[in-house]
Amino acid sequence: MDKPENQLLDIQHLHTAFRVGDDFYDAVEDVNLTLNRDEILAIVGESGSGKSTLATSVIGLHNLQNTKITGDILYNDLNLVGLNETLYNRIRGNDIGMIFQDPLAALNPLMRIGEQIGETLLYHTKLNKEERDHRVLELLGQVGIPNPVRVFKQYPHELSGGMRQRVVIAIAIACKPPILIADEPTTALDVTIQAQILDLLENIQQETHSGIILITHDLGVVAETADRVAVMYAGQIVEQGTVQAIFEHPLHPYTRSLLRSMPQADNDSDDLYVIEGTVPDLKHMQTDDCRFAARIPWIPASAHEAHPTMHEVEPGHFVRCTCYKTFHFNDEAEA
Amino acid sequence: MALIEIRDLKIHYPIRSGFFNRVTDHVLAVDGINFDIEEGETYGLIGESGSGKSTTGKAIVGLEKATSGQILYKGEDVTKPRNRKKLQYNRDVQMIFQDSLSSLNPKKRIKDIIAEPIRNFEHLAPADETKRVQELLDIVGMPADAMYKYPHEFSGGQRQRIGIARAVSTNPKLIVADEPVSALDLSVQAQVLNFMKEIQKEFNISYLFISHDLGVVKHMCRNMAIMTRGRFVEVGTREDIYQHPQHIYTQRLLSAIPKITPASRMIDKSNRKRVEALYQEESSKYYGPDGKVLDLKQVSPTHSVAIQDPVVEGGQS
Repeated sequence: MDKPENQLLDIQHLHTAFRVGDDFYDAVEDVNLTLNRDEILAIVGESGSGKSTLATSVIGLHNLQNTKITGDILYNDLNLVGLNETLYNRIRGNDIGMIFQDPLAALNPLMRIGEQIGETLLYHTKLNKEERDHRVLELLGQVGIPNPVRVFKQYPHELSGGMRQRVVIAIAIACKPPILIADEPTTALDVTIQAQILDLLENIQQETHSGIILITHDLGVVAETADRVAVMYAGQIVEQGTVQAIFEHPLHPYTRSLLRSMPQADNDSDDLYVIEGTVPDLKHMQTDDCRFAARIPWIPASAHEAHPTMHEVEPGHFVRCTCYKTFHFNDEAEA
Repeated sequence: MALIEIRDLKIHYPIRSGFFNRVTDHVLAVDGINFDIEEGETYGLIGESGSGKSTTGKAIVGLEKATSGQILYKGEDVTKPRNRKKLQYNRDVQMIFQDSLSSLNPKKRIKDIIAEPIRNFEHLAPADETKRVQELLDIVGMPADAMYKYPHEFSGGQRQRIGIARAVSTNPKLIVADEPVSALDLSVQAQVLNFMKEIQKEFNISYLFISHDLGVVKHMCRNMAIMTRGRFVEVGTREDIYQHPQHIYTQRLLSAIPKITPASRMIDKSNRKRVEALYQEESSKYYGPDGKVLDLKQVSPTHSVAIQDPVVEGGQS
């Protein structure tokens, strides 16, 4: 299969399994995803759905003693699965940049901001000290930090949360990587700061034409920024499509339930919609049935597939399992 | 009469510096706020980090000492220790914390955690105590065998419900809920919020609901206040705040909430940019020379805003 011109990343049948005791359990199961240039791909899911595990599998941050990764992550005909550390170190930072959730934990408290950003450049480029410092100041300006010259000499604790996250972004984009992974980049921030950081990410993307994987649990953030969305539940992608398709015509019962449980709607006196039961844990996910079936017990077993696969409902809009066809909420009449 | 009335509450922290470690300045964490909470009502307190909203909540339960001002409970000032005891204030006012893991003692069984307030205020025989804990677990929808487990054995939502069971164990009149759902996933958040409403109806509890999430506050509260820099910028009903926000800070906060309608996102974005520009441009109109939030002015019977002068239509002001 030849790959489209602007495709950056092609993930095929990715499984990431963690060791619990003597066995391995899939935290990410059979994920197929592509990332294109100039797009923001959002991965949404609740805690434990495997969205962060997916990201750390791409950038290779797992301890391979206790993790088993199978499948393919193709980047420019290079398979990142099973890549040796030396080569991976050249990819990380240079080709794939990562923005972490907690900027204070992601920064070294003993290093000045200028040095931390310069470190990436030192490793990946042949710039000399003077050129590096120049580039660092340029980056600080690009991420919207007022007075870059002063911040250059400051330590992380001297900056506010929003400013720290800007520094983390500056590190991630220092080598102009074509792929950026942002793992909950705004979860720790106030809404007004969140809006600024999301704007910044969009601006950077427009300048560098990179592809961004945005991992978040916040549906509002997704609706405002993403181009395409993948919804994850219990390690699997259950629905995938354009942002319009997911928010305007959600199909999978999980996506629909999630959107309905948001307190955004103006029905103040009514109770919020609650999804029955709980997310299964790693050890109990190992079934071949529809993993969401236990949360919607009023749907007959015959509505589910024996081995749920992704169905293309419309071009580019995929849904797992057949239960979406007959799904209705338990307080509604049958569809 | 309202259940609890906050009158000109101030909490200032001293900044010490210099050779003799003298007090050189104060941080005005909370600087003169007034509000009332009625019986059975949920009052929303909205603010960004550092606005002083949690400090206010802590001062009401008594974890923080008020520098000046009054907290009137049943008409008596509970900043005075004598009154607290007389009114059984510590029993009537409880708190739910944001981080359920760090607010539960990891070395104690759930039974001991929930029974702790009961042991403080009531002297029950061991059998009665067990029965009471069982009832409480039942109220929050947890199985009875949870009693002999430890906090780490539960998920975040379950732990938050244990925190609620502990808070309601003394039949309180007011619960201060400091960001009770911000650490929870969407589906679990819905469970906890529904459940908080349920026990409110059942036991006629008032809540002070502290949150940065405007969507959640809109769902939970009829009356609310927006707080920044230790002061209120806008106080009003749900309609006043969400439909007719007057203060630029409120407008900016509302415009920054991401909407779940991808179709209108370009409009939302330009709207946000416009409000942000207005905020930068006009903030001097809304704040005093030292950056202090102005005093509240009433613009309608339920709605007060921190602006210079209320806009009087068609007349001189």
